Amino acid sequence: MPSAVSKQALPAALKDAAIAAIVAFILFLPIIGMQLQPGSGGLDVNFRLPLVLIGAAIVFVGRLLLGLLGSRRRAPRAGPSIMERVAAGVAANGRWLGLVGILFALTMPFMPFSNRYVVDVGTTVLIYVMLGWGLNIVVGLAGLLDLGYVAFYAVGAYSFALLGTTAGMGFWYCLPLAGLLAAMFGLLLGFPVLRLRGDYLAIVTLGFGEIIRIVLLNWTNVTNGPNGISGIPRPSFFGLDFARSPEPGTTAFHQYFGIPYSGEQRVIYLYFLILLLALITNFFVIRIRRLPIGRAWEALREDEIACKALGINPTNTKLTAFALGAMFGGFAGAFFATRQGFVSPESFTFIESAIILAIVVLGGMGSQIGVVLAAIIIVLLPELGRDFAQYRMLIFGAAMVGIMIWRPRGLLAHRSPTVLLHPKGGPRPADVPPSVKEAGA
Amino acid sequence: MLQLEDVHTRYGNIEALKGVSVEVRQGEIVTIIGSNGAGKSTLLMTICGSPQAAAGRILLNGEDITRTAPYDIVHLGISQAPEGRRIFARMSVLENLQMGSVPSGGRHFEEDVQKVFTLFPRLKERINQRGGTLSGGEQQMLCIGRALMARPRLLLLDEPSLGIAPILVRQIFNAIVEINKEQGLTILLVEQNAFQALKIAHRAYVLSTGRVVMEGAGRELLANPEVRAAYLEGGQKEVA
Repeated sequence: MPSAVSKQALPAALKDAAIAAIVAFILFLPIIGMQLQPGSGGLDVNFRLPLVLIGAAIVFVGRLLLGLLGSRRRAPRAGPSIMERVAAGVAANGRWLGLVGILFALTMPFMPFSNRYVVDVGTTVLIYVMLGWGLNIVVGLAGLLDLGYVAFYAVGAYSFALLGTTAGMGFWYCLPLAGLLAAMFGLLLGFPVLRLRGDYLAIVTLGFGEIIRIVLLNWTNVTNGPNGISGIPRPSFFGLDFARSPEPGTTAFHQYFGIPYSGEQRVIYLYFLILLLALITNFFVIRIRRLPIGRAWEALREDEIACKALGINPTNTKLTAFALGAMFGGFAGAFFATRQGFVSPESFTFIESAIILAIVVLGGMGSQIGVVLAAIIIVLLPELGRDFAQYRMLIFGAAMVGIMIWRPRGLLAHRSPTVLLHPKGGPRPADVPPSVKEAGA
Repeated sequence: MLQLEDVHTRYGNIEALKGVSVEVRQGEIVTIIGSNGAGKSTLLMTICGSPQAAAGRILLNGEDITRTAPYDIVHLGISQAPEGRRIFARMSVLENLQMGSVPSGGRHFEEDVQKVFTLFPRLKERINQRGGTLSGGEQQMLCIGRALMARPRLLLLDEPSLGIAPILVRQIFNAIVEINKEQGLTILLVEQNAFQALKIAHRAYVLSTGRVVMEGAGRELLANPEVRAAYLEGGQKEVA
């Protein structure tokens, strides 16, 4: 049976592999084929044709194997695939998985394997989880493709950095202000793009992200330009600082609790801080999905004209999505500023927007647990790959391509209905958890 | 109940409606028939305010709604089952119905859902299925059900028979008559399937290139030789 399939598929696969090899050859010619060497009178070009041919040959064989294996796999399969079932299972047991995840996150800093580095990476993961959840409102629920989400992250970070260093305000006072400012910028972006969708919207949001970054870079009087802002106040634990020797008249965390000073205390505190912020975001998004406004976002993603016909005001719906998404970006930004103690425009480049968007898309649009999974993969993969030095970004890229081939709609793309019918006297549909599986899907 | 007075609608330079006057009275089923491009859908869309009429007036119970925003018109009691159904494909049947209950504030949600299920038992079987996985006829039922969830006083239906199996077309038309008889709901129906539409209509208008060319009782038009020649003999064969 397999031989019959491969016989049919062989010519097609050969042709496909040959085309891939030719494309690879052309691409490799300048990338691998030419090496610059210092020689007499400046730089000499060293041509390395054999290497290019070897590269093209590898692509040819790889593509051929992929084509042959792929053709065999294309036979119709009975029932949903394994990942499909996993996704459905995750969606059905989201509550338990979430609970286990939260428990793990809570105990992680005290686990035997944990150290400062692990907690630090955990904090980074959580920042991206929070950003992913925030962007999920805009992209996953409302279906508005936003390529400039990092702008709100930057607004949040800079508003805290500026308020903290110039007005001397503490983290807890600035956090709501940072969120509010970011939300206002969200509205600012929202108004001009109300009539845009899809590609056009993406371009404008991309531009918006760049505008914010360039303003930060060039408005030297306020933002200190490319040098950034340093000396941003660190957060305190109910007024207790995390310092070895606190300023006179104040008590430090370790003094108050009578424990020896350790640099890890602040790292762990920051970890719990972002965990709290991320969980608030999650709770908020889960709740709002079941409120009329959350449903209106989803409906708007599906069909804007139908929304109008049903009496949903698309303007307000879009603006709230932009503003709320931006608000969480602002919160995350404020946290980022207080964690680093330093902000500069370099932290808010387009690649950050792309990574956050990748987290939402890889996780499966609109899936809260998917975002966590994708954030872990995207942050940890380059970290784990550190041993491979220059190959780590290659591995990272390959993994992302793999996920998109394997799960084109995201790792956990599975949507459960948020409303179920109950007999009279039962709970209102809005209060019912999405625990029942979609029938047939 | 609803009056259109000399309504003109333009798409850029093209005038799709060239002075249309139509009246819908309380409790009636009024049908508008006409061939492709006659302006039938434009007429319904104009009532809903998207696009807005360039000239003329639209009155709902004497109140001018010509310049009202589309999403506000639903709150005034006009519900539309739009052309092409426009179901929320990734949302379940029940969620689709719930989106329809936004104007009524969701207070009568369970009661209204039961009413829709009595009207279209097929939807009850598919309650948690995604809208996009329904057949065309089922989607049309869902579309009408969703429009009814708003508790409208006037229901606008845009070609409910489009692309649907004949047996389901009959079911849907029966349901339309039922809503009208039992709930006393006023209905404005736009159709290419002139035979079915005229049979259930109290009154009807024939629209041709943006103008009303004929009007009368549904039966009258059904018997009219001109109408038969233009919209029935040919049209019926197409449908059957």
